[in-house]
Amino acid sequence: MKAFDYQRADSAQAAAAMAANAQGVRFIAGGTNLLDLMKLEIERPETVIDISRLPLDAIEDTEDGGLRIGALVTNSDLAADARVRRDYEVLARALLSGASGQLRNKATTGGNLLQRTRCFYFYNRAMPCNKREPGSGCAALEGRNRIHAILGGSEHCIATHPSDMAVAMMALGASVEIQSPDGKTKTLALSELYRLPGDTPHLETELEQGDLITGVVLPAPVGGRQIYRKVRDRASYAFALVSVAAVIGLEDGKIGSAQLAFGGLAPMPWRNSDLEDALIGQTPSPELWGRAADILLADAKGHGENDFKIALARRTLAHVLDAACGGEK
Amino acid sequence: MDVNFKMDKPVERSLLDTTNQNIISRPLDRIEGPLKVSGRAKYSAEFKLPNMAHGVLVGAAIGKGRVKEIDVKSVEALPGVLMVVTDTEKFLRNPAQGMDTEAPKQGVTSIDYFGQPIALVVAETFEAARNAANALSVTYEDAEGRFDFDARIDTAKPKKDSEKNQGDVDDAMRSAHANVDAKWTTPSQSSAAMEPHASLAHWEGQKLVLYGSYQMLSSNRLQLADAMGLDPEDVRILAHYVGGGFGAKLGIGPESVAAAVAAKDLGRPVRVVMTRQQVFEATVRRSNTVQHLQLAADAEGRLTGVSHETITGNLEGEDFSEPASAATQFLYSGANRRFGNEIVLMDQVLAGSMRAPGEAVGMLALEGAMDELAELLDVDPVELRKRNIPERHPTSDLPFSSRSLAECLEIGARDFGWSKRKSAPASTLEGEWWIGHGMATAARSNMLIKSSARVTLQPDGRALVETDMTDIGTGTYTILAQIAAELLGLPIDAVDIHLGDTNFPPASGSGGSFGAASAGTSVYLACEKLRQTIAEKLGGEVEDLVLSDGMARMGNTSEPLSELIAEPLEATATVEPGETGKAFVQAGFGAHFAEVAVHAHTGEVRVRRMEGTFAAGRILNEKTAISQCFGGMVFGIGTALTEDMMHDHRYGHIVNRDLAEYHLPVNADVPQLKVKFLEERDHAANPLLAKGIGELGISGAGAAIANAIYNACGVRVRDYPITLDKLIDHLPDPKGL
Ligand SMILES: Cc1cc2nc3c(=O)[nH]c(=O)nc-3n(C[C@H](O)[C@H](O)[C@H](O)COP(=O)(O)OP(=O)(O)OC[C@H]3O[C@@H](n4cnc5c(N)ncnc54)[C@H](O)[C@@H]3O)c2cc1C
Ligand code: SF4
Repeated sequence: MKAFDYQRADSAQAAAAMAANAQGVRFIAGGTNLLDLMKLEIERPETVIDISRLPLDAIEDTEDGGLRIGALVTNSDLAADARVRRDYEVLARALLSGASGQLRNKATTGGNLLQRTRCFYFYNRAMPCNKREPGSGCAALEGRNRIHAILGGSEHCIATHPSDMAVAMMALGASVEIQSPDGKTKTLALSELYRLPGDTPHLETELEQGDLITGVVLPAPVGGRQIYRKVRDRASYAFALVSVAAVIGLEDGKIGSAQLAFGGLAPMPWRNSDLEDALIGQTPSPELWGRAADILLADAKGHGENDFKIALARRTLAHVLDAACGGEK
Repeated sequence: MDVNFKMDKPVERSLLDTTNQNIISRPLDRIEGPLKVSGRAKYSAEFKLPNMAHGVLVGAAIGKGRVKEIDVKSVEALPGVLMVVTDTEKFLRNPAQGMDTEAPKQGVTSIDYFGQPIALVVAETFEAARNAANALSVTYEDAEGRFDFDARIDTAKPKKDSEKNQGDVDDAMRSAHANVDAKWTTPSQSSAAMEPHASLAHWEGQKLVLYGSYQMLSSNRLQLADAMGLDPEDVRILAHYVGGGFGAKLGIGPESVAAAVAAKDLGRPVRVVMTRQQVFEATVRRSNTVQHLQLAADAEGRLTGVSHETITGNLEGEDFSEPASAATQFLYSGANRRFGNEIVLMDQVLAGSMRAPGEAVGMLALEGAMDELAELLDVDPVELRKRNIPERHPTSDLPFSSRSLAECLEIGARDFGWSKRKSAPASTLEGEWWIGHGMATAARSNMLIKSSARVTLQPDGRALVETDMTDIGTGTYTILAQIAAELLGLPIDAVDIHLGDTNFPPASGSGGSFGAASAGTSVYLACEKLRQTIAEKLGGEVEDLVLSDGMARMGNTSEPLSELIAEPLEATATVEPGETGKAFVQAGFGAHFAEVAVHAHTGEVRVRRMEGTFAAGRILNEKTAISQCFGGMVFGIGTALTEDMMHDHRYGHIVNRDLAEYHLPVNADVPQLKVKFLEERDHAANPLLAKGIGELGISGAGAAIANAIYNACGVRVRDYPITLDKLIDHLPDPKGL
């Protein structure tokens, strides 16, 4: 770990302002991702601004019936919140499928959204990696890429975003509240927070220098069946190979509403509106699931070891839709 | 008073069957348990010596080539940095193999595997050393590496003296009523012990004292002395507690020599703790294997031919090759037999012994093949195994010292409810899960290794046991205390056990499941000697002596030991293997039964229950023995389903080198496990009549799971671990879902 300056912010505005001009600055919340990366010197901040004491740990109702989740609400607290469990079950389930009890007690909402990829080569400083060292190449493309992306990647990077929580929030149509260094606040749809790698995989979000996430807003609950299905290599404490967050409403035996997001497949929590449109108004059937998977996976590209994710995504999607539409859960 | 005992003929009667302290075999809690759970048991990395400095190893960032230059100046000015040690001559190229009596290959100018330690950065704090180790600028000369095992498999060369041929297997295969002829593959594995390798070195004049996390101190001492050019007498190693080894700590690792050199150069104690990534990259792995199994059987389901040939990888100059056919050679009958090992030279981290070297992965192939054969013959898998239990060793014709295999199979099957299993695959769908049952035999060779201990009876009536034996988490402290307490007639808390210090008599060390029997026997022999002395003091025959609850009784006289002994009474005993090791086939046996569920859509596998029935001679402590078997079965779950040390074929490095990505089973992967021991005594093994147990539980465990997966969903995977990607394309259609 490289020696760094430690500063503590006493308000969100102050934190953003402190970060505006500093070189190589990082906020630290739960630290469960940042500290690991700092020890390995994959992250080498000059300045670390501790935001963990800011009063951003409330879960509040919004005026239009939704929920505002403070950026420092821990994953454990969020999963245990009665409103979340009642109205946003998919989120509670996603949270509980992630990491371990100990980690969830420390991990925060903001930190979880911004956690970095688990790509093996990103974690090894001796390896080429465009995300860690722009221009050095991507060792995963022709390497061990079992855990890598089949959607949204580029010839410069095929890393996945590892979060479960963000996948559920994506399905729920969440947006992110941001404190800018200039004192203003802004809101971004979660779907607009992340960037695809293109030829700049080191740029992962649309946040600008100094931007601090202050909270996540969930729209009013839409009801329906909510499922989070995470497929992974062991029963717990592993990242998703494929995960599906589904919020499905049925009307007269037909699909009335469909909100779906996918984890483990892409550099960001993946949502595809064409797929949702194709489901709405249709009668549940295996053929329909097949068509939905065709749309989802139209541009899917395997890189060798991760080819199986295409079949796995297809199977998992069908299984989740079946369960959401009345089959077994 | 010294006792030397050689195991030349079977022991008719064990003293442990005559005493009545009622401590031996009982499921007592670990005597050091309270120290461990309260953090008072000190592990090597927890010792702090005055003025201690911290070293962090620097591993090569290429997989093959040479170090051109290490730019020491690049870090010397960093805060806290004391020195950069680049003793290219003394540094270990790789760790020593278990039981080596010399240093392993030394010298690190050439690089033979990625992560090979090439320098040590020493600083005032661990943090400063780690930062400087990251910053150290090294220039390399790259060379073409041998990183792709599959591409190099044709270059495999026979391992010396590994080939064994009996009869004509090819002919047996041709004329068989049914045969199995297939290849199994298993990946590299890491022991991944919870405690990383750690050494703290300091010099007392010309003498080196090392707190090291090692399994076999007396040979570790020889290795370290040789590496440092010292007389073994001038090296002392301490390892009071070891946080797991599983083979990776059998021989000294690179951190020991690096710490010793640095401490000498600096004139201060130096502690070196390997990072988790370094443990993966620069200690020991279990080699990946390709195993070719051939089984031939007649119409009655009797084996006529057995062939088990194995290809493994290793570094140049290393001849260890996972002896995968170890149990295959004696487990089942069949007149025609063929065994052999071949090695592919690889520029990859050292391959050596990991828990149950041989059986752990060999049984995956053998027991998978037996399952396939049972299906071809339409014979129940349990029955097929029973039918092929040989009377005597199929090659040497030696008798078995003790073998309750048939009983384990029968009782295990009964307890598990095996008769309710549906033999046709993919017969049971529960919700979205295919349910299946599988079984496998367990077998692991038993050994006795030279071992010494000193037992002292103190005038206050307490006993002290001293030996350089280690307790790597297995329960050694407790069983040695039980043996001494039982034989000296003392309550267990009147026995003190001092382990892990080469100043004590040299022991077998912990490895190969021989620790309990070997070190235990040395304690037994010393106590036997003390009993004799006590009998003499009482003026009678030792046969008439009764020791219990601190009292010595002889006929009508009865006296507290504390009054009988004025001066400390001491006996040192050494046991050595002898003729019984050659005259008998010695092994522990058992049977594994597993129930698994395979998800019909995603191919996820969950083990639902698992039962092991074992016989390993006398069980010295039922609780620690059961824990050993639990641990072995958990290893089996990892081997079957998740563990895969992934090598990169271009750069040569290990890709998943931490516990987030090298998937060991977690609690949620482990169902309720059940273990049962059958009563057994092995008179040829040792005077305890006990056999090794630490590795028995893993042998065959993974195969039972693989066989259950086949029974569940009809997909036969011979390429371990059985991850869902190997299943999904072949899963049957779950009609009715
Ligand atoms: C072994 C292991 C297994 C795991 N398994 C899973 C899993 O299965 N599923 C899963 O989803 N996650 C998993 N995780 C990841 C875990 O969820 C994240 O580490 C955690 O959510 C990060 O939160 P944090 O508060 O600790 O973030 P930190 O480590 O504090 O920060 C992470 C990043 O976010 C930035 N940041 C933090 N807060 C803010 C803010 N308010 N505004 C702007 N930037 C901010 C930091 O600067 C840093 O770059 C696992 C982690 C580990 C170590
Ligand atoms: S996939 Fe992305 S993160 Fe991984 S090596 Fe390639 S560029 Fe780096």
